[in-house]
Amino acid sequence: MPAEPIVQPAAALVEPAVVLTESAVALVDLPFREGYVSSIIYVSLYVSLIAVTLSTLFSVPVAIFLGFTDFPGKGLVKSVINTGMGFPSVVVGLIVLFAVSNQGPLGSLELIFTTEAMIMSQFVLATPPITAISLAAITGVDDDVRDAARVLGGTRLDAALVVLKEARYGIATAILAGFGRAISEVGSVLIVGGNITSADGISKTRTLTTAIQLEARKGQYETAMVLGAVLVALVLAVNAVVVRFGDQGVQR
Amino acid sequence: MPIQRREVLTALGTGTLAGLAGCSGMGGGGGEEEPTAGVTGETLTLTTTTSTYDTGLLDEIHGSFEEMYGVTVDAVAQGTGAALESARNGDADVVMVHARGLEDEFMRDGYGVNRRDLMFNDFVIVGPEDDPAGIEGTGSATEALAAIADAEATFVSRGDNSGTHTKELNLWEEAGVDPGGDWYQETGTGMGEALNNATQQGAYTLSDRGTFISQRSEIDLVILVQGPIEDGPEILSNPYGIMAVNPGVHENVNYDLAMAYIGWITSPEAQEAISEYQMNGEQLFFPEAVSEDSDFQQYVPEGWSSESSDA
Repeated sequence: MPAEPIVQPAAALVEPAVVLTESAVALVDLPFREGYVSSIIYVSLYVSLIAVTLSTLFSVPVAIFLGFTDFPGKGLVKSVINTGMGFPSVVVGLIVLFAVSNQGPLGSLELIFTTEAMIMSQFVLATPPITAISLAAITGVDDDVRDAARVLGGTRLDAALVVLKEARYGIATAILAGFGRAISEVGSVLIVGGNITSADGISKTRTLTTAIQLEARKGQYETAMVLGAVLVALVLAVNAVVVRFGDQGVQR
Repeated sequence: MPIQRREVLTALGTGTLAGLAGCSGMGGGGGEEEPTAGVTGETLTLTTTTSTYDTGLLDEIHGSFEEMYGVTVDAVAQGTGAALESARNGDADVVMVHARGLEDEFMRDGYGVNRRDLMFNDFVIVGPEDDPAGIEGTGSATEALAAIADAEATFVSRGDNSGTHTKELNLWEEAGVDPGGDWYQETGTGMGEALNNATQQGAYTLSDRGTFISQRSEIDLVILVQGPIEDGPEILSNPYGIMAVNPGVHENVNYDLAMAYIGWITSPEAQEAISEYQMNGEQLFFPEAVSEDSDFQQYVPEGWSSESSDA
């Protein structure tokens, strides 16, 4: 269940969002070339959605495991995850840079200045909040629910699924928090992505956030603000879609 | 209960597949180009300064290179210090920067080969119109800075190890002033932000002419000390150089394409395109790669000669 709400709308969401924001941006007179804004929106969504999807597939099982088992050192693991939520994105960017740089352990894969490197750093950034909030949601489910499932003859897996079902809103919130962290993040994607567009203005590794950073660097604060508004609209749209899917799930 | 479980498993499976699809899509990105003759389809990574990129020059001229060779140029605007650092790590194929001292160090350390002088413009000292330190019209950049320091008038420094910052530090040294105190503010920002910052505080700053021209309409600063383009002191000149990353140090770099790029950008056609690039009706960069005279110093660290013991 956890992966579904974000994965399926991903493909369906990108196209209309791009078209919608493109037409909104066209209303304001901006010094951008044709296709520029839509391409950076595309790269932003592509990188963040894949990073959050991979992160969810990793985090939710980890949260389930942590929520259902007791082992020595569990407190330490939780502390590490919680600390990860406050990890500065620039530091993550530097770590990923060391990893993917030509001199680093993954240097031969030539990932520096690519969207793959950006996905890696956003994965690192999104994983702690998704894991921590999912874990909180899972541990927050009343023990009676778990016991009832077992008493009614369910297996351990059945009990886990029942708890997951109860915790689904919390997990959806966790995924949204991870998505929020990923798409609004600027420090690490700037370092490992390089903020590249082609000469004709089509983004290769430029996201909305790094485009905003570029406009601010050039002192073009108004255009930076407009791009900021596009980013907020985008996050709002993604949130709306996820919430709507969540509600549909309840009605079913 | 069992039916529900199957649903959930299907959902999980779908999610995993979608995730994997993302992965394979990612992996395929790099190996897309078909093996064709020459350099077609390859990508050249250029790390450069913010001034060449933010003024729009590179986007304007790169189209013709990409068309000529059927390649893509990834221009990464980082500031001189960071651009050279990326190249040192083998993450760039070619570097275009503007701080001769740092370029020389880069060559001496063996990372850069085949340096060419590319183009120049100049730095200007800009400040508020009322000019509290009274430097307007000063013929010497160092005297102007000394006057700013004496008056303790606010000065905004880039503070980011960029070419402009390096030049500013050299100027302070030449002026015999060790800047510090409340009036000297290191912002750690790009040129555009530094100019905005200076406008808001009514402060002085050192700017490259190109960025200043491209932003002039939005800031309340005026040029108080001109650079050599407008007959100011030679010390404010701002030369840009270009170098290939040494394939002997980093064997992964695309040296062929880097040399093709250097050949192209120092050719009469590309140099002409640089001189024709204008913003707000003014020329931003002045080409200097094409010349009748020999200028051997452009190929080696400044002051180097075969007689010296320096290797």
